[in-house]
Amino acid sequence: MKPASQTTSQTQSKQNTAKQNNIDRTPSHLFRTMRRGLIVSPELRREFGVTMVMAVFSAVARLVIPILTQLVLDHGVISEEGYKPGLVLGLSLSALFVVVVVAAVNRGVYIRLVTAAESVLLDLRVRTFEHIHRLSLTSHIRERRGVLVSRVTSDVETLATFIQRGAILWVVNPVIILGSFAVMGFYSWQLTLIVIAAYILLVPFLRWMQHRQFLSQTRVRDAVADTLASTGEVVTGAAVIRSYGYTEPIRRRLDQMLDNQYKARIDAHVWFSIMMPVVELLSSLVLSGVIVVGIWQLSALELKIGELVAFIFLLRLMLGPITELGEIFQQTYTALAGWWKILQVLDLPVEIDDIEPHQALTLPEGSLPVEIRGVGFTYDTVFRDDADCSSGFSSSVKVLEDINIRIEADANVAVVGETGSGKTTFARLVARLIEPTEGVVKIGGLDLRLVARESHRRLIHMVPQDGFLFDTTVEENIRFGRGGASSEDVAAAIDALSLRDWVDGLPDGVQTQVGERGSQLSIGERQFVALARAQIADPRLLILDEATSAIDHETEQTLMEALAFLAKGRTSITIAHRLSTAEWADLVLVFHDGRIVETGNHVELLSTGGIYAQLYESWVSDARSFL
Amino acid sequence: MRAHFVLHVLAMLGAAGFVATTVGGAWFLGWITDHVILVAADGRVDSGTLGLAVGVLMAISVASGIAVIMRRMFLMMAVQRTQRDWRRQLLYRYVDLPMSLLRKRRIGELLAHSDADLETATSFLMPLAFALSVVLLLVSALVVLLLVHPVLMLIAVSLFLTLSFVSRTYIRLVEAPSAEVQQRVGKVSAVAYESFDGAVVVKTLGREHAEVERLKAAAERLKAQRIRVGRMRATFEPLIDGIPAVGTVFLLLVGAWLVDRGSVSAGDLVVAATLFGLLTMPLRIMGFFLEGMPRSVVSMDRVDKILDLQPEFPVSAKKPASKLTSKALSLEIEDLVVDFDGHRVLDGVSFAVSPGETVVLVGPTGSGKSTLLEAITGLIEINSGSIQLNGIPIEEVDRDTCNAALAIAFQEAFLFAGTIAENVTLQRNNPRRYDDSYNDDFRNSDIRNHNIWSALTMAAASEFVAALPGQLEAIVGERGITLSGGQRQRVALARALFGGPQLLMLDDATSAVDPLVESRIFTSLRSLSVTTIMVAYRMSTLESGDRVVYLENGRVLATATHKELLQRADYRSLVAAYELQNLVRHQKAEAAAVAASRGT
Repeated sequence: MKPASQTTSQTQSKQNTAKQNNIDRTPSHLFRTMRRGLIVSPELRREFGVTMVMAVFSAVARLVIPILTQLVLDHGVISEEGYKPGLVLGLSLSALFVVVVVAAVNRGVYIRLVTAAESVLLDLRVRTFEHIHRLSLTSHIRERRGVLVSRVTSDVETLATFIQRGAILWVVNPVIILGSFAVMGFYSWQLTLIVIAAYILLVPFLRWMQHRQFLSQTRVRDAVADTLASTGEVVTGAAVIRSYGYTEPIRRRLDQMLDNQYKARIDAHVWFSIMMPVVELLSSLVLSGVIVVGIWQLSALELKIGELVAFIFLLRLMLGPITELGEIFQQTYTALAGWWKILQVLDLPVEIDDIEPHQALTLPEGSLPVEIRGVGFTYDTVFRDDADCSSGFSSSVKVLEDINIRIEADANVAVVGETGSGKTTFARLVARLIEPTEGVVKIGGLDLRLVARESHRRLIHMVPQDGFLFDTTVEENIRFGRGGASSEDVAAAIDALSLRDWVDGLPDGVQTQVGERGSQLSIGERQFVALARAQIADPRLLILDEATSAIDHETEQTLMEALAFLAKGRTSITIAHRLSTAEWADLVLVFHDGRIVETGNHVELLSTGGIYAQLYESWVSDARSFL
Repeated sequence: MRAHFVLHVLAMLGAAGFVATTVGGAWFLGWITDHVILVAADGRVDSGTLGLAVGVLMAISVASGIAVIMRRMFLMMAVQRTQRDWRRQLLYRYVDLPMSLLRKRRIGELLAHSDADLETATSFLMPLAFALSVVLLLVSALVVLLLVHPVLMLIAVSLFLTLSFVSRTYIRLVEAPSAEVQQRVGKVSAVAYESFDGAVVVKTLGREHAEVERLKAAAERLKAQRIRVGRMRATFEPLIDGIPAVGTVFLLLVGAWLVDRGSVSAGDLVVAATLFGLLTMPLRIMGFFLEGMPRSVVSMDRVDKILDLQPEFPVSAKKPASKLTSKALSLEIEDLVVDFDGHRVLDGVSFAVSPGETVVLVGPTGSGKSTLLEAITGLIEINSGSIQLNGIPIEEVDRDTCNAALAIAFQEAFLFAGTIAENVTLQRNNPRRYDDSYNDDFRNSDIRNHNIWSALTMAAASEFVAALPGQLEAIVGERGITLSGGQRQRVALARALFGGPQLLMLDDATSAVDPLVESRIFTSLRSLSVTTIMVAYRMSTLESGDRVVYLENGRVLATATHKELLQRADYRSLVAAYELQNLVRHQKAEAAAVAASRGT
């Protein structure tokens, strides 16, 4: 938006193109996903052996019946000695035994597999969740929140679904196919060669198919995402749509989205529909070939009748696993895409690296001065697209530039400026929610980057503007300010900030449930809880982001008093949305376009007649008008 | 389903063809065994028979391929069309539903209905048609077996019965635990959502570790339940896999004896064995079908609940819809009562606004200011009382006329994903002129753009829009440029102004706009002399209005000018106490500043 940012934005987009080439949508990226996935979850490799055992057993179970058919026919029924009941019975009983044993073993292996897979998923989910929390706030911009949630929910779920069925088939079915080939080769290697030669023809077809399916699945996903986005607008923009009679265009837009989705889905299913028939057609060709060659060359091949029948049986048996593999392509791709997305989140760099514990410094006890030298902050918006992280545009905006300021210990500082001037970013830098792209933030004389996380979390506390509360009680929410705080501590904090009357007025006092995001409380009341949280945390440096929203007069008064009490005796930096806050501050920092343009106390700033004076003037003219 | 009858019939034909070719193929394999392979064992097969065998085999597989493609394609199309139709109905309903009903639901829930629920609800259609073909397959396979030998059919029947008993037991047992899995998945999502939603607080409080533990607990509960279900599956899947094998063993045992007695041929035995193989598939499909059915029904219920809601509150359209003159409107509100969620939000509100007047609504939070504006706009239902525009009851005014005459801008400025131009126009193409530069010829894009720029200029948005890459065509919204809160509000205001409204309502619509810019906006609004009702908190705004309607607890306490109302102590304390304090401080500061400037 600013001219300065445009060059940065260009280089950024170049980098992004490079990135896109890296994550193209060719099948090779499947293997990369798996390779990367195995590095992230090495347990998977360990489980591979167990899965193979299961696969072999399953294959044996499936092959037992054709072999039995052959043996019964050749030796029990149409052998030279004629019908041999004993042999048939013996064979049948041993087959029965094998079937039962295999079922029992499979059960054990399956349980082990599920347990192992679930552990891997749990680990992956928790790690991704943890990683997302370690990402800096710039990664948490509003549009991406839903995307991040889906990384630890629906994406992991696609993997779970896949593991329950698809993944096992991918291991078991190839073994069954290979096993069938082995048994067929045992009956007649010549006929087997014919079959293999024919099926090799399938390979390029299946690969091509795979590619088509992948492409069309991507289109389906995009279409679904678009429809969902439009649906979201219909719901969140409901008031605008109704009051402007915007219903017809919206309906047309929805229709268009739905049609796109329908077309994409049909397109994807065309490929899916013709896969099995094509495989079947080829196998019929093979079957005919085998019958013709087998019969012509019966004696030359030294083939027994039962063997030929078993051979044909096996041929048909192979068809099942092959088509099954074809049918789970879709599930496989969904799962791989989900896996890929999870891995990409894990690969996102953590912008705020924790220092090695033994090198970490501890902030001094007592009041904390703040010193900021040459600090700049550039905000990159990469990964905007939710379908996958590769597309979407990127831009970078310079939010803060060349910030130099010293704040004495115990000073109460107000930060003022228009929306977008960089105030909030400044506060977040001091709270170390984000890290400066240039320069250094020193607190208590120490470079903030070298300070142990526990130390700065304990001594530096930020009260964010939105006053987010967790869906639990008021008490519990206040307690979050300091781990291990007792109910008495909570009560003391409430009393200290003169919030007792308010708390007592709540339906269940401190035990009142605040609802989702604190929705049962008003905006002002949420601020109360946030302030009590700060009070219980008892930091040496307090960073406050005042709420902009209109709050009723009474609440406002209580809030102002609580704020004043909180700031006393500690260093405080307040992002002021009321100029009254600025008036009693020891130091006022005026931000404009990412720079500090004026500093000084209220009186000094007024006399210079700059931006602050202007802001103040407009406010005063408001206030005076009704006297 | 009825809607796509032809597609379903075609799919059914395909399914029947599939059954015919499958059973026929199995039978023909037996024929080949008897007439080709066994004959070949004696050394003589005439090439005619062999040719015939190969020809028929190929014909069967081609026919089977076509049948499968037909069944899948047409079924697919039918399902997808049904899904599209249902989804359209549902989304249309979202567009039509009264705000009050829509607000009672969470956005996430509504999105889930249109996405996952619809998917699940229609998913049973897919196996439904397939299941019918499966029944056909079952019946014909049993008939063929009966023809081969009744005893073999009996074995098949008992196999089938055992298998269906086992799989139904499995489905019955796994149903509740599976539902619990879904519950726990939901729990994990809720934790993740809340945690990321409050990321700033989590970070500032250093609660990352505690949050990870919270998610881990939820995820572990999910894992435990999944493993529980997995154990059931581990027991039943091998069982369901193994039973057909056991059946085939019995078949061979009995079959060999029958072949020896000469009651069946070796070929018949091959046919029977192949058919046994075929019989297991239908059961699996039926299993999936039955397993998914309860979920589909639940999802369908959820979707139906939305579809059953009344689209709009009844509009008494008995009288012919009246048109309005194109001048600024007068507004008369009498004894307006609105209840929401069981409590009275507006309790007998009456006041009138004359054409061109600007009225400011003042009152503490919860006094009903926003509700009042929503009621006038027709966003919410009123319980009693009347709202009249130019003396005509609002419900008698033609809907389109009303939409064009009234414009509202909200504090929460909503922008659609699209260009600035689209957001301002909302595809309205008949802006009324309110200055000479306005032109009705919307087909001319230059003129349209001119009109958009006029609206943007009045909303003090033209400067920053001009600086955007692409200007009017710059994409905003979810995937576009991120505008600041104040910028969004100004675009939303331009949207309200673009249509040339005769009654403008601003619900704290400039709260995030810089005070200096805001006063510029109000100056230009005053010059339009459009009837305006606004909710505002800034002093200069209260001052600039013609009159103030002072509300509390859903009642009008007073209607007068701001100056007059300042005589009332409660009004004064509401709007002034805080500002007064600061003014006193300001005067001291000013004195100090003067002193300081003299000093230097």
